[in-house]
Amino acid sequence: MTYAFDFSGFGLYAGLLARGVAVTLGLTAVSTVLGGLVGIGGASIAVAGPKWARGVVATYVELIRNTPFIVQLFFIFFGLPSLGIHIDEVQAAILAMTVNLGAYAIEIVRAGIDSIPRGQVQAAQALGLHGRQVFRYVVLPQAVANVFPALLSQVLIVMLGSAVVSQISVPDLTYAANFIQSRNFRSFESYLIITATYLVLSIVLRQLMNRLGRNLFAGRAARGGSDRAPRNWRTRLMWRGARTLPTER
Amino acid sequence: MVEFTLWDIARNLLLAARWTVLLSLIAFVGGGVVGLILLAMRVSPLPWLRRIVVVYVEIFQGTPLLMQLFLAFFGLPLLGVDVSPWVAAAVTLTLYTSAYLADIWRGCVEAVPRGQWAAGASLGMTFSQQLRYIIWPQALKIAVAPTVGFLVQVVKSTALASIIGFTELTKTGTMITNAAFRPFPIYGMVAMIYFAMCFPLTWYARVLEKRAKVGQHR
Repeated sequence: MTYAFDFSGFGLYAGLLARGVAVTLGLTAVSTVLGGLVGIGGASIAVAGPKWARGVVATYVELIRNTPFIVQLFFIFFGLPSLGIHIDEVQAAILAMTVNLGAYAIEIVRAGIDSIPRGQVQAAQALGLHGRQVFRYVVLPQAVANVFPALLSQVLIVMLGSAVVSQISVPDLTYAANFIQSRNFRSFESYLIITATYLVLSIVLRQLMNRLGRNLFAGRAARGGSDRAPRNWRTRLMWRGARTLPTER
Repeated sequence: MVEFTLWDIARNLLLAARWTVLLSLIAFVGGGVVGLILLAMRVSPLPWLRRIVVVYVEIFQGTPLLMQLFLAFFGLPLLGVDVSPWVAAAVTLTLYTSAYLADIWRGCVEAVPRGQWAAGASLGMTFSQQLRYIIWPQALKIAVAPTVGFLVQVVKSTALASIIGFTELTKTGTMITNAAFRPFPIYGMVAMIYFAMCFPLTWYARVLEKRAKVGQHR
């Protein structure tokens, strides 16, 4: 049996595809920011919080890491309304992706914090920084810089995992594929095009974010810093911030 | 309308969990075999062989598993193979798993010092002998913990097979929800069953990792 591939007529759906890309990227961006915050907050609690709070964080992390994303999504989208919490599908998708990414981000950031040598903390204390300042200005920036590649790949995993939000009718890239193939009955071609789009997205996104990481954290990944002002403007600001810190309240 | 007691729901979900376990096992064993072949290609001296595996891994890690499932489900029939959701899910998960395992194991092989390869070569061993007798036994020790950890991801990824109509745990949960209209306890239970399957693996991977770390310090 031979099959004649037919990619004609897909031009009709260019708009739909573009919207799918926008929705997928938008969901990923929002949940990356929110999930990153959850990760930093959760990791702070996990290393320095009271015992009960640590227990809560650990339970959250284990629950999320040991259940499939699709079940989390269905639980949130179909389960929460029965508790009287009504959210639409986009909110459910963002919530599920944030909750999911947050749990992994906590683990990753915590590993980053663990990787910071004790000497860094002692040096900061010797400079007169108190507990929270040590964490905020010395430990956290280095920890995040150290684990930035791991965080980045987690973000990409979440983006690819977000394909299942089409199941609760969020109009993302996968939804576009399902829609197109239901119109022109060219299932294989539709999914091939959308799969290729995902591949391009993840390759481009990884490149971009790697570059961003290099810029943001130039010279910050835990090693001895030089006393020279960094060339990059962003690190330069942080560098100056770090220098002026002990005198400010 | 049929009344579902909580016990009915739990029993049906547990019965369905068998298929999740079976699919995970198929994916893991099949993926392990294909992964080993890919690994040998990935570390081989031939650049074009390595290149193939790099592209293979990039494709499987850079696209959603859901898309891969759809492509297999709609693509295999084009090759004249009659597929059920079973076959499509098993094939896709095997290939998906193999890509990740090949990548994980490559890291482990590269963690073995280069001098070990050279030592093998100086004893007159061929590439496959070096890999089989010198490198692999050492890499295996490093590989156990991340491999067990990855098994968790395999179990979780079988949930996506529900979307192409394979009746495993998640699909059964959806079907019961459609009949019983009680999504909260049902999906809660589904999640708990997954947790019961995955958490021991996570825990064991952590134990192995700790043990490996202790070994390093000696």
